Amino acid sequence: FDTSAPETVDPSSVPQPKDDFQEELVIRPLHSGDIYASFQFRTVWETDFMRGNKVSHYRLFPKSLGQVISKFSVRELHISFTQGYWRTMQWGQPFQPSPPGAELWVWFQDSAECKVYAAGCVDGTWKELTNVLSGIFCASLNFIDSTNTVQPSASFKPLGIGNETDHRFLRYATLPREIVCTENLTPWKKLLPCGSKAGLAVLLKSEKLFHSSFHSQAVHIRPVCQDWQCKTTSWELRQTLNVVFDLHNSAQGKREWSLFKMFSRTLTEACPLASSSKIYIDITDNPQGEQFEVSPATPLLSQAVVLGDRRTFSVYDLTQQITFGTVRSLNLLIRWKSSEGDMLRPLLHAERYVAGYGLQTGEIHTLMYNNHPYRSFPVLLLDSVPWYLRLYIHTLTVTSKGKDNKPSYIHYQPSKDRLRPHLLEMLVQLPPNSVTEVTVQFERALLKWTEYTPDPNHGFYVGSSVISSLVPSIVAMDTNSTRERPLFSSFFPCKEESSYFVRVYTEPLLVNLPTPDFSMPYNVICLTCTVVAVGYGSLYNLLTRSFQIEEPSPGLAKRIANIIRKMRGVPPL
Amino acid sequence: IFFFYSIHLLHTADNAGQFFSSGHTNNWAVLVCTSRFWFNYRHVANTLSVYRSVKRLGIPDSHIVLMLADDMACNHRNPKPATVFSHKNMELNVYGDDVEVDYRGYEVTVENFLRVLTGRLPPSTPRSKRLLSDDRSNILIYLTGHGGNGFLKFQDSEEISNVELADAFEQMWQKRRYNELLFIIDTCQGASMYERFYSPNLMALASSQVGEDSLSHQPDLAIGVHLMDRYTFYLLEFLEDIHPASKTNMNDLFKVCPKSQCVSTPGHRTDLFLRDPGSVLITDFFGSVRKVEITMETINLTDPIKQVEQRKYSYVDQLPVSEIIHQKPKQKDWHPPDGFILGLWTLILLVFFKLYGMKHLKHIF
Repeated sequence: FDTSAPETVDPSSVPQPKDDFQEELVIRPLHSGDIYASFQFRTVWETDFMRGNKVSHYRLFPKSLGQVISKFSVRELHISFTQGYWRTMQWGQPFQPSPPGAELWVWFQDSAECKVYAAGCVDGTWKELTNVLSGIFCASLNFIDSTNTVQPSASFKPLGIGNETDHRFLRYATLPREIVCTENLTPWKKLLPCGSKAGLAVLLKSEKLFHSSFHSQAVHIRPVCQDWQCKTTSWELRQTLNVVFDLHNSAQGKREWSLFKMFSRTLTEACPLASSSKIYIDITDNPQGEQFEVSPATPLLSQAVVLGDRRTFSVYDLTQQITFGTVRSLNLLIRWKSSEGDMLRPLLHAERYVAGYGLQTGEIHTLMYNNHPYRSFPVLLLDSVPWYLRLYIHTLTVTSKGKDNKPSYIHYQPSKDRLRPHLLEMLVQLPPNSVTEVTVQFERALLKWTEYTPDPNHGFYVGSSVISSLVPSIVAMDTNSTRERPLFSSFFPCKEESSYFVRVYTEPLLVNLPTPDFSMPYNVICLTCTVVAVGYGSLYNLLTRSFQIEEPSPGLAKRIANIIRKMRGVPPL
Repeated sequence: IFFFYSIHLLHTADNAGQFFSSGHTNNWAVLVCTSRFWFNYRHVANTLSVYRSVKRLGIPDSHIVLMLADDMACNHRNPKPATVFSHKNMELNVYGDDVEVDYRGYEVTVENFLRVLTGRLPPSTPRSKRLLSDDRSNILIYLTGHGGNGFLKFQDSEEISNVELADAFEQMWQKRRYNELLFIIDTCQGASMYERFYSPNLMALASSQVGEDSLSHQPDLAIGVHLMDRYTFYLLEFLEDIHPASKTNMNDLFKVCPKSQCVSTPGHRTDLFLRDPGSVLITDFFGSVRKVEITMETINLTDPIKQVEQRKYSYVDQLPVSEIIHQKPKQKDWHPPDGFILGLWTLILLVFFKLYGMKHLKHIF
């Protein structure tokens, strides 16, 4: 392979690598009265960061991320910041799932400088990458180190194209304690080609977005096929933002939603750099308009198969001037007329909690629900538990419908104190219409007093479990990956028609570790010093001090008289 | 036309002369809030109001190191998320829509603060977390939190003493990391923190003298906590009147918040500062100097892209069940080789009898 310096070519003769930007917003009314809005901004760039060329001219693709990819030989990068927990039973499945806090998983490339057999090379690159990302996104990602990083052996397969799936190149870490606020949204918005000045991104106002039940922003970078032949790859950057607005907080209890109510802004134009800019409203539950009414009306309708179901959407194309009407601004209004109808129960959902009492032992219970009436399907459970909860794997039990359910694959990596966490991966077959319970007992460790956070009585977090599964779908999924599809239906690649891939995150756990009283060193020092000073000091003084009688100092008259007597040469008084 | 052009040139030369008379070419700001927990909302509001003023007067985010020890805006106790107010009745949101916090939460420690000042950070630290000042930088350092006589508390678990701070500034001076430095502190007994300074070109302001407490300004009944400290509240009001071209000098800053408004006595220290405070503009520290060179020539960028060899790619299976199951060979329990245990016991017995003699044999059988 030729790695010599690239020859200087006349720029007008070499075709510029094409880049393309699309933006879309999907609004899905939920049965509980809340509303779910999902933004996706996708930049596709037909360039190659990897083959030794230095890319120097960035247009739509943000330069900070491009430099990260080429410097750290990243093949895939997925980072998400979430505030709140996704309630699957009330809201269904999200388009892009994410756990509370921050989550980062990266597939590295086998690069010339870093053959995987050089011990710690990928680890060193991972550490530098987390530091650089913490600067880009203003988050404390530098707290990701070997104590919370795992290498899953079967979960988190690459979402982009690729042949190697050697899990030594994969790193996964979560920070469940990470807070998401405007300071994370600001740099995220700055990565968009139009910033927050034009297009759908003008709706992203932090005061409204963070006053919601769920807020998640993510960046996904992966290589994708350019066309159906898949001979060349292009880099795809997807920035997604999912938010669920609460009926009582944002709509004051009235079941009437509009863009202005949700985002305190209306739309006036599409991003000029976007090739497509669309809003989709999910009207599947409202075929004749009897449940809710959408205004302004639009003639465009689209059907898409997403999350195993065929959904119908009203489409608003922002690149057409006619969408904005005579007032030159678009404020979609969704008004409810009746509130009946049941939500389709999601086929897979999971819960997790800590059982037990006291500060010494406990038990982690994970429950996985399969709500399909007659089909069973396999799920892959990934658990990453910090080292200070010492798991007793001999107490691991997996039961379905009261009977023992032996997993067909278990991968367990024990923890090392202060070095790495526990990693437990299991492939479990969930029987139809059942609850599977996974329990494991643990013991809490005593940390060194410098390892406690400044607020240790808050507790310590254990990251969410990840349940990946191929769930049977109601309708046939579309396996042709390069046909023109809305962005929300092309996130997960689809290999077979009868099932779709879904990832469910459980709640993170908050456990209290035995916490010492941090004022005790100060108390002990004070008490000891007082005892020593008062007790020993007094004794020492009594034993070693000698007493002498001292003349009191003479008064002023006597002193003057003494001075005069000294001058006269007479002995003083 | 030539006449007017030459006059314009003279005018710019005049401005250029003024431009360089202050001696600094860039501005930096390090703004630190050291308190954690919801009831210390006012310290975060203090820091954010100085951040807001400094950004308004021109210092860009890349030249500001903002350290907030706890998150108040998206705290679950905040009735209005993503906002931090400085005035009651929610008049002014100092958090805003465009804020970049460099060090947050548990990252705000004494060690990180001193490393930022002295520049001794690990090599993988990103640029936004570094203080990349040089010997022509004017730096503004603002600290707020809970303090005492000679120390400032960081996050309820550690303190920084005035000696450490003075030594850090001396390190900065010896490494030529600042031209002039303005140090403002708003804590109880704040004047004790600048008593020990000994490096040149330092000017310091504090909200209260040794033995006095700095008091908070006013609570907001809807949010439920005190919103600002008095000194910074009046400092914010003073700074709101400053614009990038204003000529107000440091003597006006010393008069901010007299005892009648602040209850404590603000103090200042200028003996280490070489210039007369009356000639130092507020914008020398709170504003920003930018050197911009405009050029009209075009620069050609070369774009070498090589063709990649043609290969067919495909997506990977997300959950390849059969591959996963066969990834690991079937685990079989390990048993020791046949007869191993029997042989081991025979050996032990033989050794035992060799050592102690055969007479013990009758005790066994």
